[in-house]
Amino acid sequence: MPDYTLRIRRYSPENGDAAHWEDFQVDLDGSRSVLDGVLQAKDREDGSIGIRCSCRAGICGSCGVRINGKPNLACRTHLDEAHARAADGVIVVEPMGNMPVLKDLIVDMDAVHWKKIQRVTPWLLPDGPPPEREYVVPPDNMIDVTQTMACIQCGACVSDCLSMEVDPLFIGPAALAKAYRFVGDPRDGHQEQRVRDLAEDPHGLYDCTHCFNCIEACPKGVAPMSQIMRLRRIAGDDHHVEDRNNGHRHEMAFVKNIEKNGLLHEADLLPDSYGGKLHPRAVPELVSSLPIILRALQRGKVTPAGALLHKHKAPKDVKRIFRDIEGREERYELNLYVAGEEEDAS
Amino acid sequence: MVRAMPAHDVLIIGAGLAGQRAALAAARQGATVAIMSKVHPVRSHSNAAAGGINAALNPDDSWESHAFDTIKGSDYLGDQDAIEIMCREAPDEVLWLEHAGVTFHRNAEGKLGTRAFGGASAARTYYIADITGQALLHVLYEQLMKHHEQIDRYEEWFITDLAQDDDGRCVGAIARNIRDGAMELFSAKSTILASGGAGQCFKPSTNALICTGDGMAQAYRIGAPLMDMEMVQYHPTTLAGVGILITEGARGEGAHLYNADGERFMEKYAPNKLELASRDVVSRAEQTEINEGRGFEDGTVALDITKVPRKRTLEALREIVNIGRDFAGVDITREPIRIRPGCHYIMGGVKADIHGRTAVDGLYAAGEVACVSVHGGNRLGANSLLDTLIFGRRSGEHAAKRAAGLGKPKPVRAQLHDSERAIGAIMRRTGGRRVSEIREELGTMMNEKVAVFRDHEGLTDAHSIVRRLKDEAKNATIDDHGTVFNQDVLGALELGYMLDVAECIVVGALERKESRGAQFRTDFPKRDDEHWLKHILESRNGDDTPQVSYSPVTITQWEPQERTY
Ligand SMILES: Cc1cc2nc3c(=O)[nH]c(=O)nc-3n(C[C@H](O)[C@H](O)[C@H](O)COP(=O)(O)OP(=O)(O)OC[C@H]3O[C@@H](n4cnc5c(N)ncnc54)[C@H](O)[C@@H]3O)c2cc1C
Ligand code: SF4
Ligand code: SF4
Ligand code: FES
Repeated sequence: MPDYTLRIRRYSPENGDAAHWEDFQVDLDGSRSVLDGVLQAKDREDGSIGIRCSCRAGICGSCGVRINGKPNLACRTHLDEAHARAADGVIVVEPMGNMPVLKDLIVDMDAVHWKKIQRVTPWLLPDGPPPEREYVVPPDNMIDVTQTMACIQCGACVSDCLSMEVDPLFIGPAALAKAYRFVGDPRDGHQEQRVRDLAEDPHGLYDCTHCFNCIEACPKGVAPMSQIMRLRRIAGDDHHVEDRNNGHRHEMAFVKNIEKNGLLHEADLLPDSYGGKLHPRAVPELVSSLPIILRALQRGKVTPAGALLHKHKAPKDVKRIFRDIEGREERYELNLYVAGEEEDAS
Repeated sequence: MVRAMPAHDVLIIGAGLAGQRAALAAARQGATVAIMSKVHPVRSHSNAAAGGINAALNPDDSWESHAFDTIKGSDYLGDQDAIEIMCREAPDEVLWLEHAGVTFHRNAEGKLGTRAFGGASAARTYYIADITGQALLHVLYEQLMKHHEQIDRYEEWFITDLAQDDDGRCVGAIARNIRDGAMELFSAKSTILASGGAGQCFKPSTNALICTGDGMAQAYRIGAPLMDMEMVQYHPTTLAGVGILITEGARGEGAHLYNADGERFMEKYAPNKLELASRDVVSRAEQTEINEGRGFEDGTVALDITKVPRKRTLEALREIVNIGRDFAGVDITREPIRIRPGCHYIMGGVKADIHGRTAVDGLYAAGEVACVSVHGGNRLGANSLLDTLIFGRRSGEHAAKRAAGLGKPKPVRAQLHDSERAIGAIMRRTGGRRVSEIREELGTMMNEKVAVFRDHEGLTDAHSIVRRLKDEAKNATIDDHGTVFNQDVLGALELGYMLDVAECIVVGALERKESRGAQFRTDFPKRDDEHWLKHILESRNGDDTPQVSYSPVTITQWEPQERTY
């Protein structure tokens, strides 16, 4: 079986030593996970290596770490992939960022992550007593909030949030995504208060700098930044909350840009809209956060990314898409639980 | 100076669905509540439940039909009074969850929608995509945060032992704060065990690494009998090697099973229900195909999800699309995935009545740690979440009411020191085998000898191996001697629990000389109602082999029949 080298960041508050690196050789198939690797080292060589883990299946959210500098779940990162991305063939495993390290790969999630979750009043606040049977709500709404329910509170997004690095008080990606779970839930009766509260907090909605790190980091496709954008839109469009950073206006500029050019002219946008950073992989995510997306786009032959990025798609297709979506009343949003990607015609 | 001992009306051990539901119910009764878990509550294993939760909520459905399916699924070993309660109360429980904020899947009219599940005569499984357990657990945790004034949460605390007063009543527990190693005696008028299953006794298993049977062993050690421990469910669709589960929801949505010759073999074994027969039936069918040489070379058969429309798969089975990609390198929307039966669930547990009471006064048990028994010889898919919630709630209510009439409990402080000393002793050991090695040997052995097909010879072997491992575990060594997040020492304690539980599983399996539900004895291949329509109880007998006794199965209106699917 192939050998992999794991370079693990070690730290114990008890022995007085500074944090340091330690290498471990593991012999496991490349399709096994980095977590399996760490556990093998722990089982065979040093039982004192600290890592939280439980499900081994990317479900419990325990094993968030940084692998080769990027946050991820150790249990869903294959050794061969991690090896391929490692700088000199050594897989580097270290604790997540933005949270104090307690021991080795274990960080203090209570002090940061959970405190922020508690900040957003994370429980349903219905108006009045419940109905006799279930609340009757549009199926799409439930599917929509299920995207944020998919969050396993692993903290990977928090680890690499650029705004939080600058402003530790920023409510942050996971907690704001959690907030959308209530704001987007038609059973909640406090949508406006919630949105106002988050918009008016100087460390709230408008503190995000669209760095996309949370979207990239999230192992569950929760796309926290998209949820933040949607909260901002709801704040601006539905409740006329004054936008501190003009983020909403920038987004409109973005939409207009696509409508006009048929594809994204990054040059037009870079100076003002997205802080000079536009990650190509993020475009589909951004598109999915447009205010109104037509069902036809979901069912049609093209993927949103295909429609907008491939040069051979004529701008008139895009114009048609915009005509269609703006003619609609409802606000549909593409979502991971709605099969947004249909087969390409080719 | 002696610190004040934390004292509550109700102490709940475990913060999975059963524990959290119990906490909310007890708080609702006005009790002061502490809930404790060795991992953060949302990391509890309940989050792995993918498929859904059963309830006869639809007006065309009936609780009787749900109850009958459950009883038949249990191979008539389930207690019918308890099953009646569970099935009658299921609809209200699902509505309660919905009102608390669970984002259940809706049908086109915006009402709760269902999916089909194995062993059920109607589509009565309510779900949230394929993250049902996770969604339920996170919503209950929202409620725990909401009720933080009545419910004290002790997150990342490890219970080492249950505490007793001089009369043998359970009066709380002893716990170690994982963050700093401090040991504490928690006093409580009523204590509810909700510490989940014991799947780690087998390797591989679909269960999380934390499912080490702690509560079963802790209750057993203070004299509460365990019941039906031989009944260990092998789930038909787990990934070879790692043991990760592919939810039954896949078959519910229409996926088929094929052997290596491309035959849809379930046509032979369950001509009516096919892939949706009970789990024991499907697992045995697969294992028979594999044993008779019609499986693939890696000891698997194929699950073909491409039969389900791709859009539906992406919408309703999203998580297993990820699992297929991440853990098997397969795009399940385009090709079949190889699976085999794997250890999944333990129907047995601490014997508890319909209020969750165990044989030890003051101690309750709910969820997978308990055996009420609603699952009997074989649990139906999507009935376990229901069990955790119904009996979690009932235990919480009863425990709170019981506490209301009681004075201050009198735990014995010396027990705290015993537990502290035991941990100190583990850290001082030298020269023995590594804890991890013993755990590995135990799991591999159990999966070989105490699996889908069992016989006297294999089980006797298994028993002597468990006894040897128990001896070795007394000297097993660890590396970490620290206090902060010393997971190593907790691993040594967990190994001790697993060995107790494993021994009870093996002894129960040896004892039951018939085939019923998940227990299939090749040397006794028939169900034998005349001699074995009864529960097997196992009680601690010092350090010896557990003491076996029996108790009758409660039958209300459904007489045992032959079981075909
Ligand atoms: C992969 C998978 C999929 C499943 N899918 C379904 C499904 O679709 N439908 C269904 O009905 N059932 C399903 N099940 C079964 C179901 O999920 C479990 O039986 C159920 O969730 C158990 O819940 P619980 O509350 O009893 O225990 P758990 O959720 O396991 O919680 C146990 C709790 O006890 C704590 N604990 C344990 N030991 C200690 C200790 N020593 N000290 C302190 N705390 C401790 C843990 O930290 C945890 O909080 C599935 C199971 C698996 C493995
Ligand atoms: S996009 Fe916003 S919330 Fe997300 S990581 Fe960047 S700054 Fe943080
Ligand atoms: S949003 Fe994603 S990355 Fe952030 S905590 Fe949730 S699951 Fe983890
Ligand atoms: S161990 Fe559960 S997410 Fe990795």
